[in-house]
Amino acid sequence: MTLLITIFAAVISTVIWYKNAPKNEMKTGTLCFMYWGASLMWLVDAIVEYIEMGAEYFTPELSDMINDSFLGLCVVALGLIIWIVTLFIKDPKGVVRKSLSKNA
Amino acid sequence: MACFLVPGTEAIVTTIIEKAVKAKEKKQIEKSENESSDLQKHGIGFSTKLGWLNKMLWGGSALLAFEHIWHGEVIPTFPFLTAVKEGETLGMLKEMGTAGVGMAIIVTTVWVGMVIVSNALEKRTAGNAEEKTEA
Repeated sequence: MTLLITIFAAVISTVIWYKNAPKNEMKTGTLCFMYWGASLMWLVDAIVEYIEMGAEYFTPELSDMINDSFLGLCVVALGLIIWIVTLFIKDPKGVVRKSLSKNA
Repeated sequence: MACFLVPGTEAIVTTIIEKAVKAKEKKQIEKSENESSDLQKHGIGFSTKLGWLNKMLWGGSALLAFEHIWHGEVIPTFPFLTAVKEGETLGMLKEMGTAGVGMAIIVTTVWVGMVIVSNALEKRTAGNAEEKTEA
């Protein structure tokens, strides 16, 4: 479920990036790369688990599924937090700098 | 266990390489200030392309590290890895050698594919531009 949720997040962020391309003011590319990177890594993890467990991999316990889903959502949230922090640090539109200089 | 350490280590190496390549490209641009350099002609520099790999590796490793904390495989106290604390270092190293190396390889392979496609598109765009100029 974690892999599935991360793949959905990667696809959605890629669609948003494509819609706004070639403008990259919101740095959505960073979000895409982050989710795709994690998805690829979890895909390898899933393949290794499948090799070890066989078909049992596709029939997880309900409690495991709920835990994995919760983890997937937390991962997506963490990705969004990393992205927003990166956006504020890089500040491509200069909004943060402008508001800080106004307050100073 | 600690598979994310392998792509994480690769991320450190590629980030250092990216910084070096970026500095080199900056020098090249400064050298040919008024002339249009190869970089300006063909758009995306290699450092930008390396940035794609870095973002995938750093982002993926960070999210995987969180997953390991979630499962109690990474702890806040020394030695920071439950496997090492419980004397399962060999198993951990085996996992790093299989899943960890696999992760690094798949991300790098996807990136190589992206670079090949991007280079082909850049060449095609440059070719089209030249044809238009000749006509």
